[in-house]
Amino acid sequence: MDLHFHGPKPTAAEQAAVDSVLGPPTSAWAGGARNIEDEGHITLLGGHAARSRRDLLLPALHAVQSRFGWVPPGAVDYICRRLTVPPAEAHGVVTFYHLFSLEPRPSAVVHVCDDIACRIKGAERLCDELEHSLGPEREGHWKRSPCLGCCELAPAALALDAGESPRATALAPATHADIMGLRTSGEERHDSFESLRRSVPQCGDPKLRLLGRIGQIDPESLDAYRQSGGYTALGRAIELGPEGVIREVLASKLMGRGGAAFPTGRKWDAVAKAPARPHYVVCNADESEPGTFKDRVLMEGDPFAVIEGMTITGFATGSERGYLYVRGEYPLATRRMRLAIEAARAAGLLGANVMNAGFTFDVELRSGAGAYICGEETALFNSIEGKRGEPRNKPPFPVHVGLFGKPTVVNNVETLVNIPLIVSLGGEGYARVGTPGSSGPKLFCVSGNVARPGVYEVDFGISLTDLIAQAGGVPDGKAIRAVLLGGAAGMFVGPDKLDVSLTFEGTRAAGVTLGSGVVLVFDESVDLGDVLARIAAFFRDESCGQCVPCRVGTVRQEELIQRLRSGQPIGSRDDEASLLKEIGQVMRDASICGLGQTASNAIESALATLDPIPEGKSSR
Amino acid sequence: MSTDTVWFRPPPRPSHTPQPPEQPEPASVDLTIDGQAVRVPADWTILQACGSLGIDTPTLCYLENLTPVNVCRICVVELAGARTLVPACSRVVEPGMDIRTDSPRVRLSRKMVLEFLGSSVDLSTAPQAQAYAARYGACPERYGQPHAPSGPGERDAREPGHHHAPDGSAAETVAQPVKVDNDLYIRDYGKCILCYKCVEACGTDAQNTFAIAVAGRGFDARISTEGNVPLPDSACVYCGNCIGVCPTGALMFRSEFELRKQGQWDESRQTRTDTICPYCGVGCTLSLHVQDNRIVKVTSPLDVEVTHGHLCIKGRFGFEFVHGGDLKADANPEG
Ligand SMILES: Cc1cc2nc3c(=O)[nH]c(=O)nc-3n(C[C@H](O)[C@H](O)[C@H](O)COP(=O)(O)O)c2cc1C
Ligand code: SF4
Ligand code: SF4
Ligand code: SF4
Ligand code: FES
Ligand code: FES
Repeated sequence: MDLHFHGPKPTAAEQAAVDSVLGPPTSAWAGGARNIEDEGHITLLGGHAARSRRDLLLPALHAVQSRFGWVPPGAVDYICRRLTVPPAEAHGVVTFYHLFSLEPRPSAVVHVCDDIACRIKGAERLCDELEHSLGPEREGHWKRSPCLGCCELAPAALALDAGESPRATALAPATHADIMGLRTSGEERHDSFESLRRSVPQCGDPKLRLLGRIGQIDPESLDAYRQSGGYTALGRAIELGPEGVIREVLASKLMGRGGAAFPTGRKWDAVAKAPARPHYVVCNADESEPGTFKDRVLMEGDPFAVIEGMTITGFATGSERGYLYVRGEYPLATRRMRLAIEAARAAGLLGANVMNAGFTFDVELRSGAGAYICGEETALFNSIEGKRGEPRNKPPFPVHVGLFGKPTVVNNVETLVNIPLIVSLGGEGYARVGTPGSSGPKLFCVSGNVARPGVYEVDFGISLTDLIAQAGGVPDGKAIRAVLLGGAAGMFVGPDKLDVSLTFEGTRAAGVTLGSGVVLVFDESVDLGDVLARIAAFFRDESCGQCVPCRVGTVRQEELIQRLRSGQPIGSRDDEASLLKEIGQVMRDASICGLGQTASNAIESALATLDPIPEGKSSR
Repeated sequence: MSTDTVWFRPPPRPSHTPQPPEQPEPASVDLTIDGQAVRVPADWTILQACGSLGIDTPTLCYLENLTPVNVCRICVVELAGARTLVPACSRVVEPGMDIRTDSPRVRLSRKMVLEFLGSSVDLSTAPQAQAYAARYGACPERYGQPHAPSGPGERDAREPGHHHAPDGSAAETVAQPVKVDNDLYIRDYGKCILCYKCVEACGTDAQNTFAIAVAGRGFDARISTEGNVPLPDSACVYCGNCIGVCPTGALMFRSEFELRKQGQWDESRQTRTDTICPYCGVGCTLSLHVQDNRIVKVTSPLDVEVTHGHLCIKGRFGFEFVHGGDLKADANPEG
């Protein structure tokens, strides 16, 4: 590679921030002893060793962003030299993620969620107050954000302070006073694990199988995890042997909980049998689907269960390395997962010779940087590899060509937390939980206008009505206007369809989807037109921009919704309805990935049955 | 003649002349396209298979000398049993595939892709896209009047994940001022359909210079140099290979750009002459586009083995000497 560097030299502080991740430079081409400035435009022979570490691009950019609050050009240039990344490509990566800024920014920035669940709990008022006290959004002291994954405690905010010891604090429920207080105190705030009980209304129920430890035991203590039965499943898995474990997972009929509902056992089997080496395990903890927060609660409350699930996966599929990709907006989950990885490693539960059973498995945590699309599995691989988070075309599928081009099993956090349970209960025992078509316990993220929002664990088979009742129903005697099932990529269900059974087969029969388990309830006071506009804006913001149907379709869809809302359709409202149908059809049929393919689902489903934007009630 | 022992014995002569190893017959695959059975080599794409039947599949982001990126989605076809349509340009044939290339679903997707492009991008110098738009009856006007162009540098500064909510009264476009920052070529990203071809040509598919990449996200995605610096400050070596592959005229010779601006560009007055580049021993084929006895641009045919249509700065732009500056005056002192 013949790279050309022209950029400003990094300052000593910038270089130190990068070196904190990459280590000190060891050779001339990496910015060490030889003086590149004197040589000007030279051929830098980085060699394979440097190029193969391009996956450190994101960690290095994170180090710079959290040190300075933005990414100065000298730092980008230095990272590019160190990792032999073309500067134009690094520019493409930095500008892909919304947690990175190429422009100087204040060191303290508050990201305020104005997404669906928070909108109906006063997010706009919070934004107005911040505008008043911190100035307009464009000055950079505060910023609107898509769903921060704390919907059960809406409204949510995330305070980021850059500096030598950077701080990141999630605030939910966030009040103006809280935010301002945090800014002036400059203290790091640590929530105790007991506060997770707010997010798990069933806490203390002995029947809980997935949520049992959350809010009950100290998630930072490996001993507490082991005392509550942790790591017995790994021991059992080792007795069963890799093939035995896969047999149990196949028998359990476990379906992936990340949204696509693919049979987990089949995925594992394909990876275990793939001849190419090495194999990788990836845990998808990028949870960014508006309305979803179960993975955050699992990681904050029971991080060792995630590690144990990954370790069993690695053992069964012949993988020695696992990556845990946590969304960048989850500071507490990131911290607890890091601590758990270190503790497991220290106890010989990760690393070479796990549990003295002769197999190697270790986990590396990677942080996302603000991009919903990186939850799509192949975009996630690209993101880990230090590329733009653009989904790849399939086939080939990840089980054959995945992370770093190798066979990869990628599973959602909740899926992996089910693994120890399957090993303990046995595949058939597990399959008896739930319904024949949907086995096991399932987590639902209930939020919006319900009395007790939170993560609920139920056996598959419960109806939507019963789940909402379990969450205390709609407060203040109001009626339900609609429920959003499955998140922004899911569909609206009207009051007439609340008896739908929350199983894969039940939702399919009703023409809706479970998605990632979102149940977002709207009472009659909610302006659904405003909700639709937010969903349309979300997809327009989060499209990676690669393919035409989604890149432009999401823009045209948002414009159409706004025309309806302002009472100025092109032609009649029926014309607009048929135009929307065509926009939805091309996005569904011709987009590369699931984002574009589902971007019109919620909007079309609402317009078809709920009259979300009544005629003559122009909202402007 | 010495009778000493021979200390070296040559190996026995081979009993046969060495032959290249036997090549297995390339495997072939049977599939059905629009009801016709067809057998093609197993490593072909659906696009190639369609081509062998004389089916003209539209493509915008595909070029035979570049790795397929399958992003424009105009080439999609319907594959029986698949939930979505599949891109013909990159999907490799499989036994038993049953493909429709002109079903209502296919036609709708192609029409919509062309409408999306036509309503957001200036396609006035993209004859291929215009022809497809006519073929599929695309009507880009139905999204409303186009939004006012963005100001200089505005699109390059957009933040991912943030946009001004539209009021729906106008259709957003990528219209923006042309980037004119060097003597050799211009970048008019108001005409860019983001087909990734230039990025590929600048990268591992040809030039290995990596001067440009896709930046930003979603509708704000764009082609950019490092830090969005002007070309002369970037890594660009002016090979012009990006111009050679650009399907829309977004990247254009400065000479063509100036002639168009003056209303002088006239392809009917142009001739095209193939010759070999005089500069070095590689021997790239140059196609000289000549108007009014002056070279107005240089291309290179894709199907020439030597460099598959890619050139370097000398062949691409080093033609001014032909015009010879004052030479004419020298040869004819009287005027
Ligand atoms: C736009 C998009 C976003 C996604 N986001 C997530 C996510 O945040 N978490 C997740 O587990 N899966 C997500 N997925 C699904 C993944 O692609 C993949 O199917 C999943 O991680 C597989 O794990 P599972 O089989 O355990 O569900 C997303 C898919 C798409 C198309
Ligand atoms: S569908 Fe959207 S998000 Fe997915 S690849 Fe295409 S542009 Fe990117
Ligand atoms: S002229 Fe050559 S080096 Fe410059 S951007 Fe185009 S392809 Fe890259
Ligand atoms: S500039 Fe031309 S080649 Fe490059 S992406 Fe745009 S349209 Fe394609
Ligand atoms: S945290 Fe605000 S909508 Fe999810
Ligand atoms: S030509 Fe196939 S997707 Fe562009």
